[in-house]
Amino acid sequence: MTHLGPIIGQALWLFVRVVVEVIRQAFWVFAKDVLVEIRSPSRFIGVMFFAFAVIFMVAFASNTTDVMRRQAGGVLWIGLLLASTRSLDQSFAAELEHNALEGQTLWPVHPTAIFFGKALANAVILIIVGTILTPLSIAMFDVTVRGSWLQMAGFIVLGSTALAAPGTLFTAITSQARGSSVLLPLLMFPLVVPVLMAAARGTTLIFLPDPMDQSTAWLIALVAFNVIHWPLAGLLFGRVVEGGTH
Amino acid sequence: MKGFKWENALGIFAVALFFWAQYMALFTAPAERHMNEVVRILFVHVPAAWIALVTFTLAFIGACGFLLTGRRSMDWFVEASVEVGIVMTGLLIALGSLFAKPTWNVWWEWEPRLTSCATMLISFVGIMVLRSTVKDADRRAVWTAAATLLSFVNVPIVYFSVRWWVTVHQLQSSPATVDPEMVFVLRANAFAFLFIAIWMIAKRWRIAKMRGLAESAPPLPPEVPA
Repeated sequence: MTHLGPIIGQALWLFVRVVVEVIRQAFWVFAKDVLVEIRSPSRFIGVMFFAFAVIFMVAFASNTTDVMRRQAGGVLWIGLLLASTRSLDQSFAAELEHNALEGQTLWPVHPTAIFFGKALANAVILIIVGTILTPLSIAMFDVTVRGSWLQMAGFIVLGSTALAAPGTLFTAITSQARGSSVLLPLLMFPLVVPVLMAAARGTTLIFLPDPMDQSTAWLIALVAFNVIHWPLAGLLFGRVVEGGTH
Repeated sequence: MKGFKWENALGIFAVALFFWAQYMALFTAPAERHMNEVVRILFVHVPAAWIALVTFTLAFIGACGFLLTGRRSMDWFVEASVEVGIVMTGLLIALGSLFAKPTWNVWWEWEPRLTSCATMLISFVGIMVLRSTVKDADRRAVWTAAATLLSFVNVPIVYFSVRWWVTVHQLQSSPATVDPEMVFVLRANAFAFLFIAIWMIAKRWRIAKMRGLAESAPPLPPEVPA
């Protein structure tokens, strides 16, 4: 038993070093994606206006202002969800040019780090789009934020990260398959139904009176979704991009 | 050919059990006090629900097995289980809808149990569509396993949805609250569905195996001119 102490200590130290290294590598993958976006912000601008167009179209389809007010939260998240598929698709389309994704997997970089870097970059883009769309929706649907702004920010951040984690994994799959534009929504939408429900209902409760404080429960649901899907998708990403059996 | 024989024996047994259980469900089981004869739909709706969840759980186990071992037979098993699970879930939703009309006065209600079931069905159909678009067998197997693991998250949501949220759908019954005659008929139908599912998975697995082996077989040599 006396020999086990140093061995466990060394194993723990090794584990911590691996985790720190993965975080460091993930940061550089994230920085690379953000730099690509800053140098050529066409994806961000396209996604932004696509989401805005969706919200605009839904507003046209709604017949009365009262209905629009009650649907404001849901419409905002439908816009963000549809925009997320475009954004995710584009993030991997760039990687597939000149086999860049294959090149990244050949680096001495852990695949989990590539996943976390890319998923974080996708989440940041969605958070920025959501942040811009929120005041626009508030103005267009003539609603006011009755709840706390902090909770509103929580929904945008947690909802975006919840879309980004499984979305990044599925885009890694569909971008390499035929018919990716159809496959991604088909695989991703059923999985993110809880995200859409929690984010849309929570946001609507912030726009409407919420005497029972139900919006906090929807925020907790989003936290739970993130806690399950980020590690799970991170673990599976390596196998997905490498393909093959063993 | 040995496998072919036990499959057929299992199939005959499963279908015979199914007809016997259906006879009891339609003719010998008592009608319910409030719902009358409509309750007989539950003798097929509930077993379809149980077996749908069981088959998706088997697919999850197969997906884990494939990712851990890389054995191609696990991939064939996942394909077979997901496909049978889709059939069972389709049956579950269709029968539930038939039951909902006379009891809730609607064919469909946007409530957690029904919505989560439909979500589960679409997510697994997505996996089968994904499989059909990928030619590379190795990639197809890995992607199917990954997508199955993520889609499996729906299974506990479906099961616990009636406990987690306020819903029109009733909670899971316990045998203590149900007429013993009904419990027996329900169990007989559940076993009939289970054996039919095992039979279908076995048959589907064998077809997937034959396809897989044909895919990986070397091309035929060119014909020698006479």
